[in-house]
Amino acid sequence: MKSKGRYGQFGGFYVPEVLIPALEDIEAGFDKYHKDPAFVAELDELYRTYAGRPTPLYHAKRFSEHVGYQVYVKREDLLHGGAHKVNNALGQALLAKYMGKKKLIAETGAGQHGLATAMIGALFGMETKIFMGSVDVARQNVNVHKMQLCGAEVISVSGGTCTLKDAINDALRYWTSHVEDTFYLFGTAGGPHPFPTIVRHFQSPIGTEARAQCLETVGRLPDKVVACVGGGSNAIGIFSGFLDDTEVELVGVEGGGQGLDTDHHCATLVKGSVGVLHGAQTLVLQDENGQIHETECISAGLDYPGVGPEHAHLKETGRAKYFAVSDEQVLDVFELFTRSEGIIPALESSHALAHLVSLKGTLDKDAVVVVNLSGRGDKDVSIVEQRRSATENTFSYSI
Amino acid sequence: MGHYQDLLNNLNRAALIPFFVIGDPNENLSLELVKAAIDAGADVLELGIPFSDPVADGPTIQKADIRAMEAGMTPAKAIDFIKKVTDYKPVPIGLLVYYNLIYQYGVEKFFVDFKAAGGTSVLVADLTVDDADEIAPAATAAGLETVFMVTPNTAEDRIEKIAAQTTGFIYTVSLMGITGARTGLSDQVKPLIARLKAHTDKPICVGFGISTPEHAAEVADAGADGVIIGSRIVKMIEDNLDDPKEMKTQIAGFIQEVIKTLEQ
Repeated sequence: MKSKGRYGQFGGFYVPEVLIPALEDIEAGFDKYHKDPAFVAELDELYRTYAGRPTPLYHAKRFSEHVGYQVYVKREDLLHGGAHKVNNALGQALLAKYMGKKKLIAETGAGQHGLATAMIGALFGMETKIFMGSVDVARQNVNVHKMQLCGAEVISVSGGTCTLKDAINDALRYWTSHVEDTFYLFGTAGGPHPFPTIVRHFQSPIGTEARAQCLETVGRLPDKVVACVGGGSNAIGIFSGFLDDTEVELVGVEGGGQGLDTDHHCATLVKGSVGVLHGAQTLVLQDENGQIHETECISAGLDYPGVGPEHAHLKETGRAKYFAVSDEQVLDVFELFTRSEGIIPALESSHALAHLVSLKGTLDKDAVVVVNLSGRGDKDVSIVEQRRSATENTFSYSI
Repeated sequence: MGHYQDLLNNLNRAALIPFFVIGDPNENLSLELVKAAIDAGADVLELGIPFSDPVADGPTIQKADIRAMEAGMTPAKAIDFIKKVTDYKPVPIGLLVYYNLIYQYGVEKFFVDFKAAGGTSVLVADLTVDDADEIAPAATAAGLETVFMVTPNTAEDRIEKIAAQTTGFIYTVSLMGITGARTGLSDQVKPLIARLKAHTDKPICVGFGISTPEHAAEVADAGADGVIIGSRIVKMIEDNLDDPKEMKTQIAGFIQEVIKTLEQ
């Protein structure tokens, strides 16, 4: 490996020996192609004509009125597939193609990364296998069908907690036996080097665009940039555009589940401790012996006990701040935002929106907050219905 | 000369190294099984501490990890367990562990405690020679030998690096993949042993997918100094969970059979 892949003390590549040649291969491929003019031109064309980039920056005026300051929404929910995941899937699959790989595998939690990979597998004619925890298969069934329609094989993983962490375990295991012809299209900004760097790179258009759009429409940089964090790919994508603008506060929002004082959350940055999981030294939810905790949160896409190492570093240096919001706050804002803007946000992205609600009354009317609406919430409608009918809690907001 | 090198040189055959997950299916029975393996003639023991996310392991050992954790095994208890084993008989013990467990325990403290319990060597499944500086100095300071893995896709220059960092034996992974019993022996193992021998005279012990006495003999004939058998033995635990006596009989019988084959 050419680089140690470190963000401060975090990152690295803690993997069994058998994976080292594959990671070296991907590192070398990324170094060779990501600035290659032909590669860049082909990816830009795909971003524009296939995925739907650039996405707009939308001034959500009714929601702004509710929170009392100006909210600008980066509309990654408008991308093909319904989430930011297509940015990374296109980039990595194109890299795989340039490297001569014929097969793709990927893990998925909410199914958005699995769907994005399945779409691009179909687009490039590559054989695609998606590893998905059996609990997630059940709660994100529509995405499973979409992946299958694209021709991907969805492998239901029943080990451990049957969620994203176990899907990653099994995808890594499968990869060790198939490294010769298979590219592991890692979905989040975590895992072993070089994945955190690669995922950040292919998600960076979110931040680059948002910065330019904010300067153009508002005439200045935002006061805050807010994004939800599971593994952290959409957050690192939008943060990357503003990292050098030290006057812009970067905020990540995690799944507080049923509360941070319970074991039912996935707030790794807020509540985790330093450990090694899935190839990276990072913050991890674990017990005192180093066994990884089960996590629980309303949103499958955030349900992960680790986090991308760059976020751990940004937290440690203080460049970004991280908070958690509860399932209840998320459900409330899911309805509030849909009612006020006619946009159904993904439950993942609703975490970021819920943080905006919690800031009500603390910011000036002219304050500008850019929030990354990382995905659309069509996939979550039935979950919200179930949760609401279970608690018999009807709409709590009127505007 | 290292501990393993002495032992393996003095043995007129390849060593048999059975693998157990410490605490599988529970602490007491696990200790009985390990003692039975020693009594049956195991030359070295490879013992694993159960982990929640064992990415290098196949389903058989994953299930063993879950059984052991559910029965309450922890890294601290595993050290006590090892002490009980070496009190019974001072057989060399190689430990197989995932990094996060010793990271939380404290790497230096863990190695000191493991050595005090009578341990011989340590292999961290998810830490490669590239990060040897995170464990090797502490292991050596504690008086432990280091073990690193080599796989069929390991390049020649890495083999050199790995051999240089290894003071115990080279854990030679017979195939591209994870642990688990297989019907046939990987065709990649003999070329790999030959490549290793061109670079190093460090002891070579072969594991992953070695499932029968015939596999063991074939690997030994190819020049291996030791043969590690894990999933096949762990499966005997899984298959006889309601019959501890049968569990013990099968494991001891299998070990004797493999040693007999290795002696021929």
